[in-house]
Amino acid sequence: MTPRYSRALSAIALTGAAGLVLAGCGAAPEESSGGESEAQDFKGCIVSDDGGFQDRSFNQASYEGLKAVEEKRQIQVKEAESQAETEFEPNLNSMAQEGCDLTVSVGFLLADTTKKVAEANPDKHFAIVDDQSIKADNVKPIVYNTAEAAFLAGYLAAGASETGKVATYGGMDIPTVTVFMDGFADGVDYYNEQKNADVEVLGWDKESQNGTFLTSFQDSSRAKTVTQNLIGDGADVVLPVAGQAAQGTVDAVTEANNGGDNVRLIWPDTDGYETLDTGKEYVLTSVLKEMSTSVEDVVDQAVDGDFDSGLYVGTLANEGVGLAPYHDQQDSVNEELDKEVQQLKQDIIDGKVKVESENAPKA
Amino acid sequence: MSATTTSPESNQVSAPSPVELTPDDYRRSLLGSTLQSVLAVLVALFLGGLLIAATDETVRESAGYFFARPGDTFTAMWDAASSAYIAMFHGAVYNPDGSGLAGKLYPLTETLTVATPLILAGLGVALAFRTGLFNIGAQGQILIGATLAGYVGFAWQLPVGVHLLVVVVAGALGGAIWGGVVGLIKARTGAHEVILTIMLNYIAINLVSWLLTLSTFQREGSSNPISPPIAETAMFPKLLGDGFRLHWGFVVAVVATVAVAWLLNRSTIGFELRAVGANPRAARTAGISVTKGFVVVMLIAGMLAGLAGTAQIAGTEHSLTVGVAASFGFDAITVALLGRSKPWGTFFAGILYGAFRAGGVTMQTSTGTNIDIVLVVQSLIVLFVALPPLLKLKSRRKEVAA
Repeated sequence: MTPRYSRALSAIALTGAAGLVLAGCGAAPEESSGGESEAQDFKGCIVSDDGGFQDRSFNQASYEGLKAVEEKRQIQVKEAESQAETEFEPNLNSMAQEGCDLTVSVGFLLADTTKKVAEANPDKHFAIVDDQSIKADNVKPIVYNTAEAAFLAGYLAAGASETGKVATYGGMDIPTVTVFMDGFADGVDYYNEQKNADVEVLGWDKESQNGTFLTSFQDSSRAKTVTQNLIGDGADVVLPVAGQAAQGTVDAVTEANNGGDNVRLIWPDTDGYETLDTGKEYVLTSVLKEMSTSVEDVVDQAVDGDFDSGLYVGTLANEGVGLAPYHDQQDSVNEELDKEVQQLKQDIIDGKVKVESENAPKA
Repeated sequence: MSATTTSPESNQVSAPSPVELTPDDYRRSLLGSTLQSVLAVLVALFLGGLLIAATDETVRESAGYFFARPGDTFTAMWDAASSAYIAMFHGAVYNPDGSGLAGKLYPLTETLTVATPLILAGLGVALAFRTGLFNIGAQGQILIGATLAGYVGFAWQLPVGVHLLVVVVAGALGGAIWGGVVGLIKARTGAHEVILTIMLNYIAINLVSWLLTLSTFQREGSSNPISPPIAETAMFPKLLGDGFRLHWGFVVAVVATVAVAWLLNRSTIGFELRAVGANPRAARTAGISVTKGFVVVMLIAGMLAGLAGTAQIAGTEHSLTVGVAASFGFDAITVALLGRSKPWGTFFAGILYGAFRAGGVTMQTSTGTNIDIVLVVQSLIVLFVALPPLLKLKSRRKEVAA
């Protein structure tokens, strides 16, 4: 070890030690017992899919819903992140063995195992997000008709577009993704019908169910290339339905704006203005899927002893899906367009405008 | 290849350039002593414990007043680490709170269930190591094996017994094709097997994702990327009744271990393979076909990984998804490494890793310790297994300088 190297090391060690000394100077708390608030003996549990609880998307939102009930009602919470699909069953079994009263499974990938574990534990309750294939007395399916909110987003995008071209693409070709794209494309079509306009949708053809997809929800570099191509083709509003990979779209949109173009994006699932670290100024709106609210409601009901296995479908009417505020893009949405979107929302709720998608959950 | 060859003297003789790691060093790190493996596990567990303690909230709180009452910090550290490891033990070996003996031993059967694909794929990797090939492609071989096994499982209707047999053969065949291709290309063109296997992993995963977009591979009335469940007749029967996940695939893993041990140590092919691994030039001079060795070993290695895929499909998962192989193909490399590329070493290393995975679940749910700790411990083990040759390199550098 050379002298210079060891001197550097000792400097680091000294700094570290100093930090420890300073950090360790607090006063010890009084040793006291009791005073603990009375906790509920209800156990609410959650098992993620392989995205984990920090995915800024549906795992995280569902997790926050459960945590909200923990805060509010002092229930006990157990959580298990699945690192791979093979861990779904051990994780769910473990929850049942830990005595969970209600276990939330996040994602359709957990459907088979949830069904199996629910059958083996008829006295325990389960809820599953984004799947409605299980018909059992102790399983509550929670699904969302995202097409309704995406329809509004499509209408808004068409109205806000200057180039007359808007775009969308998906992370994978699966129904929970394409339901966004269907709604978006239909919203644009509806705008064209109403306004006699000719706004074009790139990246998705609802008729043939063909479009642009990545290979995974993690591939943000490919997402960036795809977005650059869409922008190159003239699109100035982009809806990426691609989970974590959509960060690539944020980067591409930011670069396009730095290069003088006016390109905006529409964020899926959560309010992008709040979840994104950078590029939030380009978020026109977000297509919200209020998973935290619905999970919170379901857990709340179960704590009250009112668990039911009826299908929950999030719609515009019950505010399970919706559009986020325009935030920084307020100025690019003129008052008239905003009014039309609000009216359209009411029309969809009232059933005057029908939003149909073969990928949407059926009530 | 025994532990005695790792002594520094013999190194000096066999190493032409004393400051570089020679292929011999790598091979020794794969074939080192059992003691090294055990030590690596213990040290990794200790460091993992420190990490658990450092990330624990109670520990951080009590560290805030460390100088006022240092005992608190140490108690909290001990509590955090020991409770996490005890939970892991309860989840992997013996659960004292279980109902009846069956409930108490349930965790052990979980460990063996998870270990099954790790052992099978690990054997494939170990066998290739012994022939001097770095088979990074177990992941792809598992996937293709699982795909073929899965397709035969859900699409064909065959009588009881025959169906399972055909599924096992299909899985083994799928893996053997995916591995054999590597051996063939390497033998024909000399392309490096590491590149080939890594690339074939990508091809396998994308092939499976594409297949799962076809209606043949999807369930009726659904376009989710998950295949129909395989028929009952195609499943491995449960070894200990329906209450446990442990299935006959584990017996296949035991048989495979015995077979690989026999193949390596008792058969002519095994002798040739080991000769190719020890010194390809000498093997060629002795009249052994090196290229044939590459093809044969990759066929067998792929077959073993394919059986791991079959164990997943017919044993636990019962339907094909892109995630059916988890990260078993990559874990298999570390399993083979820890098992020093010996059949029974790989077997027990597979069980240890199975215990980590099974116990990690309980650790996560009952103590709230982050599951990534398990990954850290596993990675530290690999680091410590690979460390001795690196240290040797350093001491050799010193000698050169002096």
